[in-house]
Amino acid sequence: MSQFVEQLPVVLSALNEGFVQTLKLFIVTLLGALPLGLIISFGSMSKFKPLSSFVKTFVWIVRGSPLMIQLLIIFYMPGIVFHNPVFGGGEEGRFAAACVAFVINYSCYFSEIFRGGIKSIPYGQQEAGEVLGLTKSQIFFRIKLLQVIKHVVPPMSNEIITLVKDTSLARIIAMQEIIWAGEAFLKGSHGIAGQVWPLFFTAVYYLAFNGILTIAFGKLEKKLNYYRG
Amino acid sequence: MSILEIKNIRKSFGKNEVLKGIDLSLEKGNVLVIIGSSGSGKTTLLRCLNFLEIPDGGSIAVNGETLIDTNDSSTLTDKQIRKNRLHFGLVFQQFNLFPQYTVKDNITLAPKLALKSEAAEIKKANGSSAARDYKAKRLHEIDKKADELLQQVGLSDKAESYPCELSGGQQQRVAIARALAMEPDILCFDEPTSALDPELVGEVLKVLKSLAESGKTMVVVTHEMRFAREVADRVVFMSEGVLTEDGTPDEVFDHPKNERTKQFLQSIF
Repeated sequence: MSQFVEQLPVVLSALNEGFVQTLKLFIVTLLGALPLGLIISFGSMSKFKPLSSFVKTFVWIVRGSPLMIQLLIIFYMPGIVFHNPVFGGGEEGRFAAACVAFVINYSCYFSEIFRGGIKSIPYGQQEAGEVLGLTKSQIFFRIKLLQVIKHVVPPMSNEIITLVKDTSLARIIAMQEIIWAGEAFLKGSHGIAGQVWPLFFTAVYYLAFNGILTIAFGKLEKKLNYYRG
Repeated sequence: MSILEIKNIRKSFGKNEVLKGIDLSLEKGNVLVIIGSSGSGKTTLLRCLNFLEIPDGGSIAVNGETLIDTNDSSTLTDKQIRKNRLHFGLVFQQFNLFPQYTVKDNITLAPKLALKSEAAEIKKANGSSAARDYKAKRLHEIDKKADELLQQVGLSDKAESYPCELSGGQQQRVAIARALAMEPDILCFDEPTSALDPELVGEVLKVLKSLAESGKTMVVVTHEMRFAREVADRVVFMSEGVLTEDGTPDEVFDHPKNERTKQFLQSIF
């Protein structure tokens, strides 16, 4: 017990450090994948067949293959196949590679959510805007967007909670996120070795963070409930 | 001069020819009611007027200005189509109000967005202070106009309500006010009471009637024959993409010349 009390501050500070990396990856992914997902959804709904077919194939590949493999390919392929290791071997490079892989992967998932949200808006809304002389972008941004957001909040919150846990996959390219930090105490780190509880303890971070997100999304959903339709 | 001149409008969807050459002209201040069985092309004609559909053939002119003439080979740009649409307003069967905006914002949204581009043009020509003054003046006018329109449709007390809080009849009256806010030359109605509960039809027809009395030029597609008889200056009967009867309500309802019209009127009365 006294050993645990001694080790706890050391472990917590290491886990905190790992969690900062986790959080950074989470935020960068959201900031990148939300707008990119919207653009991809436009591509997949395009009336220009070659574009929509290309985008749909791309989304199929990204959603159809494991994110872990995508992480490995994006991080290692430039160096091994093209002899141009753009990301380098340091933590910064690993973080950058993880960001690229996560943004691409999640923007494809988000694009399908956006597509569903946009398709669910009755066509009458488009036409009502048209007969009032509005431009296409005015119709999208002033009429449809908020309705789309209202429709996508529930599936989006589901996907974003999955993202929180998926960040742990960055461990595979040795990005120093929280699982990596917890696992280090198995092999030995900060003078502590052979301890498994720090790894289990990481789950508390995920749980707490997802708890906060769940409450936040619940509030957002409630806020958007000021109207029906 | 007629306010509206339609010549030989044709429209097909795939192999299905919906409009087979419609000729129609309308005098300013007149109310034209279009009747006919479903699938006869009434709605498509209204949609062509509002440029929600682009006709395959024919021409449309408003106040002598040609909006589209398919003999002239140039295709319309998006900007031209938007400009053309402003001559017409359209009230839909399903209202199509914007659910996230209050009643008043539904009415002022389009005029305010139009003002934005007007102000940008004035800024280019006369500088930003002129644009600011113009904007302030117009915003006040738009606001005042919305209040007047709400009063006109009898919904002044609902300005801050959301569409979901209104009955169907009230929603349709807001939709009428919204269309009027853009001050169209001709206001079109596509079966404005067909989605309403029977007891709510009257309040919407009352608004249409008061608009007619105030001299608004209107084209109304409806199945409300009593309304047509009372309010219309002219009734046309449409069947399978052509106009087969055209006259005053008395002529069309009491002395129809065409066989199809007679059958139709017999089936509904």
